[in-house]
Amino acid sequence: MTATDLRPTAAVLDQSAASKPKNMGQILRWVLLFLGGIMMIMPIAYMISTSLKWPHEVYNVNLIPEEPTIENYTYVLEDGRFYLWFMNSIIIAVITTISNLLFDSLVGYTLCKFKFPGRQIVFIAILSTLMIPTEMLVIPWYLMSQSFGWLDSYWGIMFPGLMTAFGTFLMKQFFESVPDDFLEAARIDGLNELQIWWIVAMPLVKPALAALAIFVFLGNWTAFLWPLIVTNSVEMYTIPVGLSGFGDEADVAWELIMTGAAISTIPTLIVFLIFQRFIIRGVVMAGLKG
Amino acid sequence: MQIYANLTIRQKHIIWAWAFLALPVLFYGIIRFYPTGNAFLISFQDWNLLGKRTWTGWDNYIKLWNDPVFWKVFKNTFAYLLIGTPISLFLSFLIAYHLDKLRFMHGFLRMLYFLPFMTSAVAMAWVWRWFYQGVPIGLFNNMLASIGIPQIEFLNSTTNALPAVLAPAVWAGLGFQVIIFMAGLRAIPTSYYEAAKIDGVGWFTILTQITIPLLRPTIVFIVVFSSIGFLRIFDHVFNMTTNNPGGPLNATKPLVLMIYDTAFNGFDMGYASAQTVVLFLILLVVSLIQLRLLRSD
Repeated sequence: MTATDLRPTAAVLDQSAASKPKNMGQILRWVLLFLGGIMMIMPIAYMISTSLKWPHEVYNVNLIPEEPTIENYTYVLEDGRFYLWFMNSIIIAVITTISNLLFDSLVGYTLCKFKFPGRQIVFIAILSTLMIPTEMLVIPWYLMSQSFGWLDSYWGIMFPGLMTAFGTFLMKQFFESVPDDFLEAARIDGLNELQIWWIVAMPLVKPALAALAIFVFLGNWTAFLWPLIVTNSVEMYTIPVGLSGFGDEADVAWELIMTGAAISTIPTLIVFLIFQRFIIRGVVMAGLKG
Repeated sequence: MQIYANLTIRQKHIIWAWAFLALPVLFYGIIRFYPTGNAFLISFQDWNLLGKRTWTGWDNYIKLWNDPVFWKVFKNTFAYLLIGTPISLFLSFLIAYHLDKLRFMHGFLRMLYFLPFMTSAVAMAWVWRWFYQGVPIGLFNNMLASIGIPQIEFLNSTTNALPAVLAPAVWAGLGFQVIIFMAGLRAIPTSYYEAAKIDGVGWFTILTQITIPLLRPTIVFIVVFSSIGFLRIFDHVFNMTTNNPGGPLNATKPLVLMIYDTAFNGFDMGYASAQTVVLFLILLVVSLIQLRLLRSD
């Protein structure tokens, strides 16, 4: 249970006054929410189901394949491109996530725990970048990439997202809760400022780091507009760009598109199912504090 | 080293702080601020990427004002916002309100609603695109056909295409909003509900007099967050209409798709930049309204 779950909620109050009609109401509520929930996952369920069907069965509306097959996956993976795109996406998402964890927390920490001339200006400057939509920057980024030769490279795909203002403010908020006494004690023990940040402060904000990691990873894994613009050779595509082009090829069968879609979705679904409670807490933290 | 040792603690702090900030400040300058200025500059130029850059003053903006496609796109962009935001706000509140009152398999139900948020927009756009195909391919029309209802044109219809493209966007964002609403509901002190219960107040009065007023900050956050999302819609539209970008007669084309087309298919960088400036201004106004609404609390 998360900390907030310890509080008595409306549900507890309802139970204390439980009577027969109330119970019926609760059962009805549960059934309706359950049916709604099933409808919510139907698109995902059909995607996976279709990816496991033989071509002759694809257009039947049954959810459970009559003769499940992994033929589609074998075909798509043997083609090799999805493997490449998958690896590109992993490399880009992992490097970007690490970069954000390091720099966003370092900047957040500095803005939170140091007093120095220019602090307010840096703070406001970074804050103001939240107002600038990515869509406004893609054209200048493209021109920049063109003149520096960054087009169609990992660096070109990654550079815009290496630090984010959102992450910086999320981390700054969480460093507020780290007592200055801890840092002072470490200073007296003779640690330098870099060590204090890394050894003392960082472990205290692990939940926030995890939340940030999830957001940055998911954001980069699913990013589409900028990778679409900056890549032009098939080998450099990320998985969303690759999938988009793959679906658009003439005569690609729907079950193969569904297989590609499943390949790009299943990793994040698995991560979610493992770290579910943790991720939901992270979403709330980031949503409310960020 | 001798010099460093002689500094006061405060001076040392200043040095450390700027050492930590050096690289990030450079990054924000080069990757955020310089391109922002550049976008404004290019919007006053005529440039097709290969030829010369020439200053044209307000020409791009005047062209935009007189471009019927732009007004169509402008209307579409706000249609996404004005249809999508109320629907997702209503649905997510409805789900969160009832889910909050349940304990039995609470985590499991929550997971069902949240799962779509973890998917990639591109992948799901293709899944929904398949759903929308005509008989005998698309799932929806096959289902309709099996119960004897005539088939519906989704993506090829000028009236149905926009809602059809919007549906997966609403669907994917719902889980996030439900989670945020539930956190907001949990934050309401139970003493309010207890007091209402003692006074014998009905559920509807509790909902309209206690729950909704106290959820105001949460509602404002969700409205702004989803509004900005719908104003920037691109992935779904692009992928569901690759055969006919922007749908029949631009029926689904949002501003970001127009920007992409102008810049990377038409290579009219100045005109595209002017469109991005317009997008920026729209988002700015929405954010300012949010600040205003939150302040008045």
